[in-house]
Amino acid sequence: MSQLDDLYRRVIMDHYKNPRNKGTLEDGAAGGVSGQSAESTKVTVNLNNPTCGDRISLQLQLEDGVVKGARFTGEGCSISLSSASMMTDAVKGKTTEEALALADKFSALMKGEPVTFEEYEDIEALSGVNKFPARIKCATLAWNALRKGVEHGRGVHEGTES
Amino acid sequence: MDPIVLKSEFPILQQEVGGHPLVYLDNAATSQKPRRVIEAVKRYYERDNANVHRGVHTLGSRATDAYEGAREKVARFLNAASAKEIVFTRGTTSSLNLVAYGYARQILREGDEIALTPAEHHSNLIPWQQAAKATGAALKYIPLQPDGTVSMADVEATLTDRTKIVAMAYVSNVLGTVNPISRVAEAIHRRGGVLVVDGAQSAPHLKVDVRALGADFYAFSGHKMCGPTGIGVLYGRAELLERMEPVEFGGEMIDFVDLYESSWKEIPWKFEGGTPIIAGAVGLGAAIDFLEQVGLDEIERHERRLARYAVERLSAIDGVSLYGPREERTGLITFNVGDIHPHDVATVLDTEGIAIRAGHHCCQPLMRWLGVSATARASFYLYNTESDIDRLADAIVKTKEFFR
Repeated sequence: MSQLDDLYRRVIMDHYKNPRNKGTLEDGAAGGVSGQSAESTKVTVNLNNPTCGDRISLQLQLEDGVVKGARFTGEGCSISLSSASMMTDAVKGKTTEEALALADKFSALMKGEPVTFEEYEDIEALSGVNKFPARIKCATLAWNALRKGVEHGRGVHEGTES
Repeated sequence: MDPIVLKSEFPILQQEVGGHPLVYLDNAATSQKPRRVIEAVKRYYERDNANVHRGVHTLGSRATDAYEGAREKVARFLNAASAKEIVFTRGTTSSLNLVAYGYARQILREGDEIALTPAEHHSNLIPWQQAAKATGAALKYIPLQPDGTVSMADVEATLTDRTKIVAMAYVSNVLGTVNPISRVAEAIHRRGGVLVVDGAQSAPHLKVDVRALGADFYAFSGHKMCGPTGIGVLYGRAELLERMEPVEFGGEMIDFVDLYESSWKEIPWKFEGGTPIIAGAVGLGAAIDFLEQVGLDEIERHERRLARYAVERLSAIDGVSLYGPREERTGLITFNVGDIHPHDVATVLDTEGIAIRAGHHCCQPLMRWLGVSATARASFYLYNTESDIDRLADAIVKTKEFFR
């Protein structure tokens, strides 16, 4: 079970059982939303993992190129939900460029590359996922939603995501 | 039959995974292959390989004999009236699509109906959705009983004189239910329609007689019944196959080709455009020999025994929910462990050397009907034993402890 312990470290179980930022932006200020400004955009991305049925609905509050708030709802396993919990925590307050850079770093982590997350160390607990190739898609679902959300916010994918 | 002796015939099952002897319980997804099937494919490539139906040379004749010999075996296996009723395809999905394109789209008119159940595998659902959209026909769903079974009263109430096609699995890949196919056949024939049977989960596990069942079409895959991937079968009553148009055009399927018009070969060859899956058919023939030697009735009895034992062991574990009927089910068991996501269950089991499936099993509408997003599933075959199920039950208990 030692491989398993690597995979399901306490920190993952903690994010799974007590997810940060679960809910919608409409639920209140808990997601870190400040007052609406003229440049404020709210983006919702619904993504699923067609091979297993996991779903995530991610909401981003983007203001002046900064992720002011991030909340999610969804169904999934401990890996996908804990990853969503960590991701939403990690990107809050970051510029969209920084958020996308974190997403790239997360992809590298999934490939087994030796990256570190000084800003949000919890994420490193997911490094064990790369030993379970079937689960990588669970871990990356939330990050893929983030990429889509940022692109959508910039109008790159105007009208293609709901 | 002795499952332990049978297991020794499967090279892949003689390995360890994660330091434990492999327990393979994902047979509804694909079965493993006995040595003699692997050898038959190897022997074909080493001795007989050539293209079929055209070579004047010795190898061409041998390859043609091997390919057409496999068709004869499939015909006997299903008790079809003739080998010309056996079309080789890539698998169940392409067989069902062939019926949906080659038959359904030709005969359906606006206002006609296709009846199916919400428990169908996506491959026996989406082809009909598409055919309905293309023709203006309507899809009608036969409701399921609370335990997932199909009642004849519901079948009778759903079918009308406009129902031209009923599409139904013989055995559900999630619930393990056995649908009352011969009575459904009688009900749709009385109304002048045809019955399309998804046989993916029945052909490997129980004796099938398409004529006794009253199936007009019967589709299955080789890889779930000890055969290679990439080979499948569509059985169709000769009269219906004659009326169907081919959906793939090209080499091998033609009678005569002119610049502006062409004509087709007889059935079944008019449906087999291009070089067929010769080695796959040879492997499927070897798999049928193997299964018939063990005995399909024996296999069914063995798997039902395993299912009963699995229900007994798993229902004794606190927090495990089982789906589908308790009694009268084939050799698979679908379950959840408390509120632990089935992926997490499958990952823990994998580290114990146990392979199961987790997810929606290509049955998203059925998952919604069950009120879950996903489940775990253990599915058995002739080489599984009660001790495999003990390993499964013990690992589920470990999973619960791990996630406590």
